[in-house]
This record gives sequence, C-alpha cells and structure tokens, in this order.
Amino acid sequence: MTAWFVRRLGYFLPILLGVNLLTFALFFVVNSPDDMARRHLGERHVSPAAVSDWKRAHGYDRPAFLNPAQNGLAMVTDTLFFAGSSRLFSFNFGRSDGGRHIGWDIRQRIWPSLAIALPVLILELLIAVPLGLAVALLRGSAFDRGLTLLCVAAMAISSLFFIIAGQFLFARMLRLMPISGFAEGWDALRFLLLPVVVQVLAGLGARVRWNRTVFLEETSREYVRTARAKGLSEARVLFRHVLPNAALPLITTIVVTLPGLFLGSLITESFFAIPGLGSYTIDAIQNQDFAIVRTMVFLGSLLYILGLLLTDLAYAWADPRIRLGGN
Amino acid sequence: MPGLIPAFASVATEPMGLQLLPTDLLFLGALALAAVYGHSAAREPLARARWSRVLHSPGGGIACLVLSVYLAVAVLDSVRVERAEQAPLTVLDLVLTPLRTGMETTYSAPFATHAHARENLEHAPGLWVRDYPRLKFGGRHLALPEETARDLVRRIALGTALGFGVFVVLTLVINQLRGRSLRGAITQWWEPAWRWHWSALGVLCLGITIVGCLADGWHVLGTDKVGQDVLYLSLKSVRTGLVLAVLASLITLPIALVLGVLAGYRGGWVDDVIQYLYTTLSSIPGVLLIAAAALSLDLFLSREAGALHSLALRADLRLLALCAVLGLTGWTSLCRLLRAETMKLSTIEFVASARALGSPSAALLRRHLLPNLMPLVIITTVLDFSSLVLAEAVLTYIDIGVDPSTESWGNLINGARLELAREPVIWWSLASALGGMFGLVLAANVFADTVRDAFDPRLGPDAKGVQGRA
Repeated sequence: MTAWFVRRLGYFLPILLGVNLLTFALFFVVNSPDDMARRHLGERHVSPAAVSDWKRAHGYDRPAFLNPAQNGLAMVTDTLFFAGSSRLFSFNFGRSDGGRHIGWDIRQRIWPSLAIALPVLILELLIAVPLGLAVALLRGSAFDRGLTLLCVAAMAISSLFFIIAGQFLFARMLRLMPISGFAEGWDALRFLLLPVVVQVLAGLGARVRWNRTVFLEETSREYVRTARAKGLSEARVLFRHVLPNAALPLITTIVVTLPGLFLGSLITESFFAIPGLGSYTIDAIQNQDFAIVRTMVFLGSLLYILGLLLTDLAYAWADPRIRLGGN
Repeated sequence: MPGLIPAFASVATEPMGLQLLPTDLLFLGALALAAVYGHSAAREPLARARWSRVLHSPGGGIACLVLSVYLAVAVLDSVRVERAEQAPLTVLDLVLTPLRTGMETTYSAPFATHAHARENLEHAPGLWVRDYPRLKFGGRHLALPEETARDLVRRIALGTALGFGVFVVLTLVINQLRGRSLRGAITQWWEPAWRWHWSALGVLCLGITIVGCLADGWHVLGTDKVGQDVLYLSLKSVRTGLVLAVLASLITLPIALVLGVLAGYRGGWVDDVIQYLYTTLSSIPGVLLIAAAALSLDLFLSREAGALHSLALRADLRLLALCAVLGLTGWTSLCRLLRAETMKLSTIEFVASARALGSPSAALLRRHLLPNLMPLVIITTVLDFSSLVLAEAVLTYIDIGVDPSTESWGNLINGARLELAREPVIWWSLASALGGMFGLVLAANVFADTVRDAFDPRLGPDAKGVQGRA
C-alpha cells in the first residue's frame, strides 16, 4: 500500500510540473512581462521605470527559465518559473498581479462554489441513477424509448438555453427569485436555487443516458444470465447483482467531476454573478492576471490527480479482485 | 421567388473569380478528404455494409438528410466570389440577396409590417408624429398592413405547391438513379423500408420552399438590433458552427492517431512519454486550457493585426485559431482510446503472427491495425462533433470564441440575451439561434448513435441478440 502510494506520487509530481510548464509557456510565448506590466498600469503614459518597478514588485524581473547571471544551481532556481512553481507546491499562492491575496480570495470564494456544486452533484445522482436503473429495468418498453428520445433531445439543447430560459421564466416572468447575484447566510438560498436547478436540468440528459448504457452493458453479462436462470426476479437481479457491479463506472464519473466541484461551474457562476471560484477564474483570464490563472490551473490539475488516486482507491474498495501495490 | 433572378443575373454579369479565405480552403479540403474516404469505403465490402446499415435505419437516414442540408448551406457559404471594388461575397450571400439587402433600421418581429420601436414620422408637411414606421422590406409589397394574413396564406400555398413539385422531381430522379423505369418508380417508390426517408425528404422540401416563398417578402424570423434579417444571420451561422467542428476534428485526428498508435504499438519509453503528455494535458480543466490558449492566440493576432489588410481575414484567422485551440486540446481522449485498442490488437493472433513472420511495421500498420482502428476513430469523431458545435456558443459568450463580426450562433445569443429585459420581449434572434443549433446537434447526435450501432463490433448481431432477448 505504502509502496503503491509512493510510486503513484512519483508519477504525479512530473505531471504537476508539466502542467505548470504548459501554463507558463501559454502565457509567456505571446505575452512578455513588459506587456503585462503595461496592461496593469494602463496602456498610456507608462515610463520604462514604472514598468521595471512593477516587474520587480511582482517578481517578473527574472528570466523565465534559465538565469545566465547566476552560477550553478541558482541558474535554474533564480528564475520566474522555478520561484513561481515552488511557491505553488508549498501552497503559498502569494499575491495576484492586481495586488490581492490569492489564498484569502480562494478561501472566501470556495463556499459559494461548493454551495452550488455539491447540491448539483447530489441531485444529479439522486435523479439520474434511479432513472437509469428504471430505464434499464423496462428496456424496450415505451417508457424506455420515450425517455431515451427525451435524453437525446435534451443533449442537443445548448446549456445557454437552460440558463437563459430559467432566468427569463422564473426570475422575470414569475418573479419567484432574483435573476442573479448572491447574499450571505440563509438569504443565499434564494439566489442559489435557480443556478442549481438549471445546472441539474442541463446535465440530466447526458447523465441518464450514460447510466442507462452502463446498466445495460452490465445486464448483458454472463453472471446476469446465470442469476436469471436461477429464477431470481428482475428487480432482485438489478439491485443485488447489477447495481454493485455498475458502481465502478459510476464512481469514475463522480470522481471526474471533483475538480469541477472546487472550481465551480465557470459558465453558471458568471451567468448568475455568483462570487465563486469559477467567476474568479474567468475574471482573471479576462484581466490577464497570470498569478491567479496559474494558481487555479495548478489547483485544478492537483484535484484531477487526487481524483485519479481516489478512483484507484475506490476501485480497490468496490472490487475485491483489485489489490493496490500487488502485481 | 422573383428576387432570385436579379441576384443570379448580377452574378452572371460581373467578372467571376474565387477569393477563398483560409478556413474556406481548409473546410472544402476537409470535405474533399471525407469524399475520398467515402469513395474508398464504397469499394470495401465491410465498410460499405456498415455505412449502408447507417443509411438504411430511419434515424441514421433522416439525420444524414438533415446534416446534408446544413452542410450544403455551409459549403455555399464557403465559396467566395470576387466582386469589382467590393468585399467578396459567398454564393449563399448572392442567393439570399433580397434578405441581405433588405435591411431595416432596428428590431422588428417576425412577419411584422411595422418596426418594433417608435420613431418621429412626418405625416404631413410640418406634422411630426411619434409612431411605428412601416418596414422598408417586410411586407413592403402590400398596400395595406391588414392584408398580411391573406398574403401569408397565398405564399404558403405557393410554397406548398412548389415543394410538392420539387419532391416529385427528386423522387423520379432518385428512382432513376437507382435503375428503375419510370413505371417502376411510380409504383414502387413507397416501399416500407424507405417510408421514413421519403417522408423526411418531403417535409424538408416543403419546409425549404415555403420558407423561401415567405422570406421573399417578409422577415420570417424578424430583424436584429441593426435591422439585419435574422433568417439570413442564422443561415450564415451554420457555416461557423460546421467549420469549427470539422476543422477541430481535422486537427485532432492526425495527432490522436499518430500518438495513440505509436504508444500502443511501440510500448516502452515511447508509451511512457505519450502517456505523460496526454495525462498532463487532460489534467488541466478543459475550459481553462482553452481560455488560456485562445487568449494567447488572440493577443498574438491583435499584435499582428497591422499586417492584416482586411477585417474579414482577421475574423477568419481568429476562427481558425479557435479551431486550432479546440483541436490541440481535444485529442487526449481519442488518443487514450486508440492506445488501448492498439495494444489489444497487437496481442491478437493475426497481428502477432504477422509480426513474427517479419512483416514490416508499415505494412502491419496499414493492413492490419488501421482498418481495425477505423470504427473507433469514426465513432469518437462523430460523437465529439456535436459538443464542438455547442462549445462555440459557450466560448463566444465568455468572450474567447469567434470574432464579434463573425455571424455565429454564439454571437446571436450574446446579442439577444440582454434584449430579453425589454418590453415587449425580443425573443426571435435567441429562438432562431437556439433552434438552429438544436437541429444540427440533434441530427449529429442521432447520426452518431446509428454510426456507433453499425460500427461497434461489440454491438454486433450477437450482443443485440442478448439484449433483445432480455
């Protein structure tokens, strides 16, 4: 177990490093620190002195990857890339290019994001898994055909439609809730209801269909035929035999959404003006705030990797045949 | 449709010459590649059988029909004709000349005779009244606005008659192509296997001719903020959506194929490096990666803007950049699948024995591996297609999509979103954009499903039997 863990970590560290490298490359290939300084200070009337001051204050005055002015190891360590990356690995996010404390911002904004993402995940599971099971149980019936058709149609609808139609119908026509915005405490419920409902609806078609496929694939296996041959009722076959076996692919899909939980839904948050991490990231991208983008990309990929680890653990827990660390 | 004749006349009189933008060339090139594939697939028995299964099934056939209408619009909109001293126009622009030139000043509802907003109008010399002005194009041919209903009925009847005519001609031509005599065509065309296909073709013919007859004198889907016809804008948006999806797939395919097959076939350190590459890339949240890449490219383009002499070219390069970003970030899942499939195939006896017999790698890949990977490639590409179309609207909304001057569903939605707050509501641009996307994505999804049923070896007749029995 420990050996397995160490090996996995050894595999994940280079990936995190690669992610950092890629983010760096994406930003600095076309965007020099001088450009960034000018954008943050305002395009006009910027003296070269002000630019170099800004660069020094934000740590952009060093070379990107290799510092020829230093000797030995310092050639690599005294660079923009190394300094930025090593700080990230110790979870010291520093200040954004706009001067705000990133760690503090994240701690503030994670709650609104979670307040939307967690209910969405739970509701989706509560609705899509039973529906998928029901459709698999009644396969070939009019109910199955109708619901599958509905899912295919729902998947063809742009998520923008659900957001716009939801805002228009519930907030503007019926005036049941505010169109967008956020509030502290219990008052937030009024603001959260619509985004949650909209996001669940937008994802439901694809999710039900996926669950149906998973359950149907499982029901076409040999052990199900055996169970039926023993004379078990269809419901018993489904709940006692198919459901536990279908749990693995379901777990995978849940774990994959974990980074999304934390980062929040970028689109939903910015549409509903929720001060979460999703809108934080979008704003940072639009303002070209590299420090924030780098931090969010790092955290996002860290969570993705944690998700991969969790998937392995969950597989080992759900399937006794899989042993961690064994060959 | 009398408006068409002067349009074609104007084309004929002007000196002809093509002036294609980069995406036009690439899009038409991609379609030519698809045609080459189709030609080779038609001669190969297995591929032929699979594709004919797709086309024979009602869902696949109808989806194919709908997709080809979208495709035809996009192709017409990708052939750009040079004009003397003016910006080049596409063939679609020329066909839709009445719609393109029938501008109003601002919003107007579908089939409206009057504008949506009041203006100062001079009723008599010196007498100014604030009222809704008559439209310059919509219903202009009517003396009195009250005749609207009668005019619409007359046009729908004309369109129906025309549609039936076109349908009958098409039926006869298709039956002729299938080697039937005229008598056989009349007695046998309504055969059970093709009823759904014929019905869909009939509905499409009727729809196109009726809309055509109506659009000749009316704004069928209203006009937008600057008075442009929304039907025209929606039709122009088709090209943007399709170009994006096709070109992004075109970039994805070679990368995923080469890396996936290489990793699965070679194994060892090559496999490790390629696995590392796609795990790293896919561990970055998708939207973030696309946004960062798109912004970088955008900055690059705006810096080089001085060198670009036309706005159209700049907008086109931005579209191309978006395709590149979506393509370069979207290859990981297909690559992962291809790697696994190649590994599986290399252990199967026929490949292993060909290898042991000393068959050169290139021949092995071409003769044994690639044909067996094709189903996976086709299924994944078709499945990803619709999500690319949907992605355009979302990316354009957060400002990292296509250029604001490019007609696209995302831009239509973006422009219309704020107008929902007005009274009375302006819903038509939004509805047209969402409807246009819905049609394309639904057809693509249904098509993808039938393709998967026909191509997935695990869903062959045996698997069907097991599922059908239960």
